[in-house]
Amino acid sequence: MSIKQVLEFEKPLYKAREELDELRKKNTAKPSEKLTTQIAELEKKLATMQGDTYANLSPWQRVQIARHTSRPYMLDYAKLAFDEFVEIHGDRHIGDDNAMPGGFATINGVKVVLIGHQKGRDTKENLLRNFGSAHPEGYRKALRLMRMAEKFSLPVVSLIDTPGAFPGIGAEERNIAEAIAFNLREMMMIRTPMVAVVIGEGGSGGALGIGVTDRVLMMENAYYSVISPEGCAAILWKHREHAPEAASALKLSAQDLKELGIIDGIISEPVGGAHYDHRATAAALKTSVCDAIAELTKLSADQLLSQRYEKFRAFGQFTEVA
Amino acid sequence: MGIFSKRSVNDLGEKKKDMPEGLWVKCPACGESLYESALAKNMRVCTHCQHHFTLSSTERIESVVDEGSFEETELQLDSVNALGFKDYLGKVKAYQAKTGLREAVVTGRAMIDGQPVVLAIMDFRFLGASMGSVVGEKITRAIELATKEKCTVIIFSASGGARMHEGILSLMQMAKTCGALARHSEAKLPYISVLTHPTTGGVTASFATIGDLILAEPKCMIGFAGPRVVKETTHADLPPGFQTAEFMKEHGLVDMIVDRGEMRATLSKLISYIQKSKAAA
Ligand SMILES: [Zn+2]
Repeated sequence: MSIKQVLEFEKPLYKAREELDELRKKNTAKPSEKLTTQIAELEKKLATMQGDTYANLSPWQRVQIARHTSRPYMLDYAKLAFDEFVEIHGDRHIGDDNAMPGGFATINGVKVVLIGHQKGRDTKENLLRNFGSAHPEGYRKALRLMRMAEKFSLPVVSLIDTPGAFPGIGAEERNIAEAIAFNLREMMMIRTPMVAVVIGEGGSGGALGIGVTDRVLMMENAYYSVISPEGCAAILWKHREHAPEAASALKLSAQDLKELGIIDGIISEPVGGAHYDHRATAAALKTSVCDAIAELTKLSADQLLSQRYEKFRAFGQFTEVA
Repeated sequence: MGIFSKRSVNDLGEKKKDMPEGLWVKCPACGESLYESALAKNMRVCTHCQHHFTLSSTERIESVVDEGSFEETELQLDSVNALGFKDYLGKVKAYQAKTGLREAVVTGRAMIDGQPVVLAIMDFRFLGASMGSVVGEKITRAIELATKEKCTVIIFSASGGARMHEGILSLMQMAKTCGALARHSEAKLPYISVLTHPTTGGVTASFATIGDLILAEPKCMIGFAGPRVVKETTHADLPPGFQTAEFMKEHGLVDMIVDRGEMRATLSKLISYIQKSKAAA
């Protein structure tokens, strides 16, 4: 797909790529030895630049990649990594939350229940998807689907991609906090294998609200955090401009979270990020999710529940003094 | 962590020492000058307008349990700087010195009218009672203790939310505490959540809102997002009383609003309905 959004730190790369295209065009029109040499030099330079840029991405740069508007979203994965997706709507009480699609899906021949946050790419889509920020109805629909998965012995796959649960008046009036909290409690007891993948933004409680699962995986450039880097910067540095420092301090990257023991695995992305190759990214996600489901399916429901409990029970670092 | 515009979170009262009779406190709600000793005797509720001042965990314990019955647990847990967050432990130490507490929650066994309970009391004075690993662990251990001893767990919440300085570890305390409550609930044991001023963010979005019963002190602020964030996101005028206990009761989140003076009797009454009597067992 064409990439419309150019990230600040990628600008020199884009410039070099454009120059290269230009030279190649010229060389095709009127080949010369001089141009051929220039092209070879620029190709070499670009390769080095790409290597330097992408091999040492800062946490803040990864946050930008995680938010890239050309990044594959939940429904892109539903198309590319799954054989089919049959969407099921509504929480049976208030309405249907389009920021949290869900339904039946098949992945590599295995039938599952798929839930996740869905963002929009343009204004019209974002109006429908509310920028991937779900209301209480979304969390309640997700739980309804997870319970159905339990009832009909289907594994659950949860794709997390939200800046956070929606901080709006209606959300507060319909108890968004309770909707998340209730999911945290109930997910601990769902007697079926559950796998979550943070595919983009893992924004705080809104992410965790569908993230209490047996396996928690992360895409290489996704982030998962208690607070947005901007929010943290606004509180600690009194200014959102310090978001890059906050992103580092929060240890929100997949690599940091793996080291902290919070996530179980990292799914590799193509060079530059998932938005450069949706198909390859989806294929990698498919493999990891299928492997996780295959492993978890070997366990009894009792084993699953006790391992899930122990996994989350162990989180936290402290000391015991006399 | 929430940012509050409505009601000051630090309303312990402005202390005036210029009066010869002793300490006076000015009520932030009605402006009346109150005798510190009279205020203390009245559970720090304004004798003029019924404004509920913030209580320390010690004062809270005294206000609800049978005299001398409180036995503190898990006092030994102390914070570490898992993320290497700048100045974090210095901040924790400063609050330890200031409050005399080791962390933002106090837990323990107690009796209410002779009925055994496990209590967890968040103390807003300690770093906004934000939830990091120690707070999450102490609350989880309190719930587990109540499950083991087959009694009611009562959590008095007050919090600015998850503690930023411990990053994702703070977020995971939400899942951990709710997990312990899942097991407690499965054992058909009671959990009463009491919301006090202010209960927000990750605490509201975890254990605070999934009590079998949810009580709240009058006019306390209860919310997921801070009102400023809601206003900035929606560009709308907030409805009157937005995110107060009364508003939340109207919207079905809170079971009862209970005056501080009635809290102990109310808890005792509720426990008598939902906890199997030890004497009868
Ligand atoms: Zn007053």
